[in-house]
Amino acid sequence: MVRLITHNLLSCHAKGCTTNNFPLQFKDAEIEHREADFNPEFIRGLLPKIEWKALVDTAKELGDTSLPYEQPEMMDDELLKTLHHVLLEMHVEEGQMICPNCNHVYPISNGIPNMLLAEHEIA
Amino acid sequence: MSRPELQAPPEIYYGDIEAKKYTKNTRNQQIQADMTYRALELLNLPPDEPAFLLDIGCGSGLSGEILTEEGFIWAGVDIAPSMLEVALEREVEGDLFLQDIGQGFGFRPGSFDGAISISVLQWLLNAETSHPTSSPPHRLSRFFTTLHSALRNPSRAVFQFYPSSDDQIQLITSCALKAGFGGGLVVDYPNSNKAKKVFLCLFVGGGGQQVPKGLESEVEDDARARFERRRERVRSKDKSGKRKHMKDKDWILQKKELYRKRGKEGVPNDSKFTGRRRRPAF
Repeated sequence: MVRLITHNLLSCHAKGCTTNNFPLQFKDAEIEHREADFNPEFIRGLLPKIEWKALVDTAKELGDTSLPYEQPEMMDDELLKTLHHVLLEMHVEEGQMICPNCNHVYPISNGIPNMLLAEHEIA
Repeated sequence: MSRPELQAPPEIYYGDIEAKKYTKNTRNQQIQADMTYRALELLNLPPDEPAFLLDIGCGSGLSGEILTEEGFIWAGVDIAPSMLEVALEREVEGDLFLQDIGQGFGFRPGSFDGAISISVLQWLLNAETSHPTSSPPHRLSRFFTTLHSALRNPSRAVFQFYPSSDDQIQLITSCALKAGFGGGLVVDYPNSNKAKKVFLCLFVGGGGQQVPKGLESEVEDDARARFERRRERVRSKDKSGKRKHMKDKDWILQKKELYRKRGKEGVPNDSKFTGRRRRPAF
């Protein structure tokens, strides 16, 4: 159940990996769509935390091009609905997330990413 | 039986069998639910604002279900794969991560509006290997530092845990304070062994936040033990020469007061009928 909302907040936490460690790249991702309750207030509250560029790029990588490249100043309902779909309804079930900096691979199985580090990678 | 955290590391202790047992046990469910509600109360989030919370040590999602019920969107981390499997079977709403919290989080700064954790911190207090990154202080500081940066300013994190000594409390709080948190310990029902619950209530960003008070029915007004003449009272006979009945109204009131102080549920109310004799049967 890696949704883009959490993916957008996640960076690599291996030892010494402090720059250019966001966003993690998806590889071999299998996507599932699941309906969720639409909550415009929540999306609005979330906007300041979201890295827009990373979100659009990742969505495109996963085959969803419904978001505009530049973050629009005004948020209408249409856009909030699209955001809701991209952030909360797209679940990555299987695949890998790879750190762009240190190439650490976080495997995803059954929708749960394995974030465990080996002993030498712990900061 | 000794504490679970002393028997095996969490990912092994909560194997397939124990994970199912833990989740099905209705007493566990009740206790988890109570503590989750109390933790949310201590979290003191602004009402009617949807928040994004982190459940640390979410396990099979017992507390997560309550978060969903209360209208929060949440993400959960746990180290036991079997527990997460049970969570998947139960189809919880939050995003789950298999993660060792002692290794720290990778969340970007300001990601979450708050964090709760039920019965987890005590698991961080055992060293599993002799590697320096496996020592409890190192793991605690890594955990608290990364958590501190992952939380929004201002926000709170509430941890319920079972400390087995004052040293443990000391270690945990000092690591948290070093990581930049403010706040402290909240103890509910300190007079009772059974109902006593310890919460660590941490703040990100000061802003004059006060550590909330623990739940308690009444506070002892003087700590000094009084001379109660108990023996004399017992020995004293009433005018008819018979021994006074020991379990009189005062005694009953005193007992009920004690139970209330310990947080026991279902203690009957006091009334004018309390401790009164019933009429003779014939």
